[in-house]
Parts: sequence; structure tokens; C-alpha cells
Amino acid sequence: MIRKDQHLYLALLLPAIIVLLLFIAAPIINSFFLSFHRIIIGLPQLKTPFVALDNYLQLLKDPIARHSFFITIIFVALTTFFELLIGLFLALLIHHRFPGRGALRACVLIPWAIPTVVSAQMWRYLFNDAYGVINYMIFGANTNSYIPWLALPTTALSSIIVADIWKTSSFAALLILAGLQVIPEELYQAAKVDGAIVWQRFRHITWPLIRPALLIALLFRTIDAFRVFDLAFVMTQGGPADATNVLQLYGYKKMFVEGWMGYGSAVSVCIFIIVLVIAVAYVKMVGRRLLEANV
Amino acid sequence: MGKLPNKILFILGVFLAAAFSLAPFLWFVSAAFKDQTQITAIPPEWLPSFSVEAFSSTVTQHGIFHYLWNSVIVAGGATLVTIILGALAGYALARLSRGWAQITLMGILACAMFPQIAIVGPVWRFLKFMGWLNTYQGLILPYVALTLPLAIWILAVFFREMPEELESAALVDGCTRLGSLVRVIIPLSAPGLFTAAILTFIYAWNEFFLALLIMTDPARQTMPVGIALFQGEHTIPWGEIAAASLITTAPLIFMVLLFQRRIVTGLSAGAIKG
Repeated sequence: MIRKDQHLYLALLLPAIIVLLLFIAAPIINSFFLSFHRIIIGLPQLKTPFVALDNYLQLLKDPIARHSFFITIIFVALTTFFELLIGLFLALLIHHRFPGRGALRACVLIPWAIPTVVSAQMWRYLFNDAYGVINYMIFGANTNSYIPWLALPTTALSSIIVADIWKTSSFAALLILAGLQVIPEELYQAAKVDGAIVWQRFRHITWPLIRPALLIALLFRTIDAFRVFDLAFVMTQGGPADATNVLQLYGYKKMFVEGWMGYGSAVSVCIFIIVLVIAVAYVKMVGRRLLEANV
Repeated sequence: MGKLPNKILFILGVFLAAAFSLAPFLWFVSAAFKDQTQITAIPPEWLPSFSVEAFSSTVTQHGIFHYLWNSVIVAGGATLVTIILGALAGYALARLSRGWAQITLMGILACAMFPQIAIVGPVWRFLKFMGWLNTYQGLILPYVALTLPLAIWILAVFFREMPEELESAALVDGCTRLGSLVRVIIPLSAPGLFTAAILTFIYAWNEFFLALLIMTDPARQTMPVGIALFQGEHTIPWGEIAAASLITTAPLIFMVLLFQRRIVTGLSAGAIKG
């Protein structure tokens, strides 16, 4: 038996804890503090007066903020739904043993591995209004009917949703795949002996047993989808007419383009609280059980 | 997969999945090997002329190697620091009494859940105060903070499975606790360290939001920022953007092909018992 040396463990933990405190915990607390002040980058002579809830009241009154919230919810709901659906499809395929399984898994990982910025430029190219291949596939050589996908409010948001689904379905697939791999093979054998067809086996064995994995993928994807920024920044800069001005982009613009650090902090606190609620739900549902299983 | 129609459906599904994942990307990077008239042609020209013009122009006019170098330093530095700090913390959590380890891990895991926007304002002010905006450490340190939770998680799970007897043996042979960690546990944990390193590197290599805020000086910008802000003189330089994208993505594709199994287990370890 080795001695449980608590001081040694604390010393080993300390560097990591310091970095996490300095760059994550303290900034989050500081964001709350800043959100009650008026701080304008570039005008330090105005000081940073305490304005209580002014920033939050202003935020509630801002129609652009409300619109931002609304389209972010649409984005999160649609991307999460389709990512889980496609992820389930991909996971079921990869779970099968067949020649070329490794190759398929590598293909599926590619969208996940490439930088979001690259996939954003890629979709900007594919959705191009004059020579984009998507227009060509729909309308052929008839360039008059080509749709400027990224310049119309409804299609711009849909384009970003498509780009996100392409990029992150594979991540959902990996989480679901991990769930599939813990299902004992014997269950399928037994069902086969009982004469269950493919659909029945999926409905009565696979589906109930991967529901926990689906739940985890759902919560991970929901939390992550609220952070969408890169796609909107590169593909549309939030336009046209704020149609793709998702929350994180809105907060970024207020803070770093317009210089309203206090107001921007109020925006980021609101996003933080939304994500926190989802995260708490996540930890409540699956976190404790995982910790007990793992460590 | 007994009956024939099922088999055909399955094969169809595999092709569909492969096309869904690869086709858009292949089409995009093929633009890197086309000239401008080919890129804007309707109907599209499926086969590129394999001109290297786009590549040479990204290197000579847009100085892509410069961005690449910054990316190598930032992603490499972040990976190195994260793995060192993550290994120390992961080891401590693996050997710490159960209750404390659980609470600490919960706290660390919580750090990974928060949206970046909730920390950027204060982080930016802190870096400005330190004079670290547009410096490598100014970007490496936030990356370390953002990648540590997953790395610690993967490594703590890995170290847990190392039998304590290995360490006891080293202690009997006169090693200190730290010595046995460095000489016995770490070498045996190479696969776990490697998995954590790959995931950290990919995260840091691809990250855009913080890089955009912290590196405003083009001399210090990383590849994702360079690609996002790519400017042409008149038209959008798709050939050059695609070439730069291909250069950025090549090392990642290489990693995926070589280490896909590790990536899959590492990622799912963060969510489900692997």
C-alpha cells in the first residue's frame, strides 16, 4: 500500500487549479461584477460608474437582443435535432462490423476534425450566389433563378444550420456509438433466435438501451450549440439584417466592436445562466452516475 | 445482415454517410487546384487543372507560413502545458480519497461547460493589464484553461487503472513519490497522455473566437484567424482560401487517419464510461 499523502496531492493539483481559477472561475465572477457597471473601452476618462441593473434593463428593451435570443433558440433546436438524427444513423452504420468500417469511421471524423472556420469558408463557397455548386445542383445552368442563400434572412439562417449539422453530427455519432458499444451482443442473438426482424430489434433492444447515450449527446450538443460564433462570423457576419446575429456574436459585437464592456458583460452573463441551467440539468441526470462509474 | 435487400440498403447507407462527410470538403479543396475561371465556371468543372498558382500565392502574397508558425507555437505550447498540468492533477485525483476526488472532478468538469463568451471580457482585460495581448502566452494560457478539464478527466480515468503495486515497488527501490510518478506511472500511461495530447492539440489548432480577440496584430495571428479574415483585392480569392484551408487541415486529417481509434475513445471518455 502506498501512503495517502494529501499534501503531495494538493501540490500536484495546484497548478491546474490556479490556471482554471485565473482564466475561468474568476472571469465568470468578474463578468457578473462588470455587468453592473458602465464600462466603455477606449473612453477610460469616463471611469466605470456603478449603474446597478441598467445594462440588464437596456438588454431587455433592445429588440436586436430579443431577436438574437429568438434565432439562437431556433438554431439550437434545429441543429441539435438533426445532429442527433444523423448522428444516430452514422453510429448505427459504424457499429456494424464490415470491411471498410475503419475507413468509414475516418471519413465521418473528418468534418469534426477540421477547423470550424474552414468549414464556414467551405459552405460560403458551396452556397455562393453566382457559381455555388448547391445552386447548380438545384437549378442547373439557369443562373437567373440562383438563390443568394447567404443574403436572404431565412435562407441565411438555414445555411448556417446546415453548416453546423454537417460539422458536428459526427461528434453526436461518437457519443451515441459509445452507448451502442455497451449493449451486449447476446441480446441481439437471442432476439434473432426469437425471430425478431431488424426493425423490431432496433425498437426493443437498441432504442431503450441507447437512450441514456442519446440524452448525453442531446445535452452536450445543446450546450455547445449556444456557443455558435465562428460559422455566423465567417459566413454572414450576423447579417443580413441581423438574421444570423446569434447571441455570442451579438455579445462580441457589443463588447469588442462597439466597446460596451459593461453591457456586453450583461449579455454574456445571460448566456452563461442559460447554459448553466442546461449544465445543471445534465449533471443532475447523468453526472453523478458517471463519476461513480468512472473514478 | 442476412437478406439481400438489407445488405443493399446497408451498403447504400455507408456510401451516403461517406458522401455526406467527404463530398463537400473534397469539392471545396479541389478549388485550391483550380484557376479563377475554373472556380467561377457554370456548369462547374469537376476536374481541376492542377494549377499550383493558388498555393504559391498563399505562400508568397498572403504569407501563410507565418500564420502556420504561430499556430504551431500556440497549439504546441498549449498541448505541452496542458499535458504536464493535466498529468499532475490527473494523478492526484486518481490517488486522492474518493469523496474529494469526486467533488474536485465535478468542479473541473463544470469549467468545461461554460460558454467562452462568459469569460472573454475579463480575460481580455486581464491580458491587457498584463501586457499579454498579441503575445503567445496570452493565447496559450486561456487554451490551457479550456482544454485542461477534458485532459484531466481522461488522465484521471487512465491513472486509476494503474495498479498501486507498481508505485509501491518503485518506492521500495528508493524512488520518491514524484520520482515514481515520473519514472513508472507516466511512461506506462503513454497511450492516455497521447490521447489527451491529440484532443488538446486539435482544439488549440482550430480555436477561432479567442484567437480573434487576443491576436489583433496580423504578425501574431493563427491560421483560423488568417483564413476567416482572408481578403482579396477584387473578388473573393477562393483558390487561395481553399489552399490555406487544405494546408491547415492536412495535419488534422493525418491525425484522424492514424489515431482515429484513440480519438473516438478519448472523446467518449468525456461523456460515457469508455
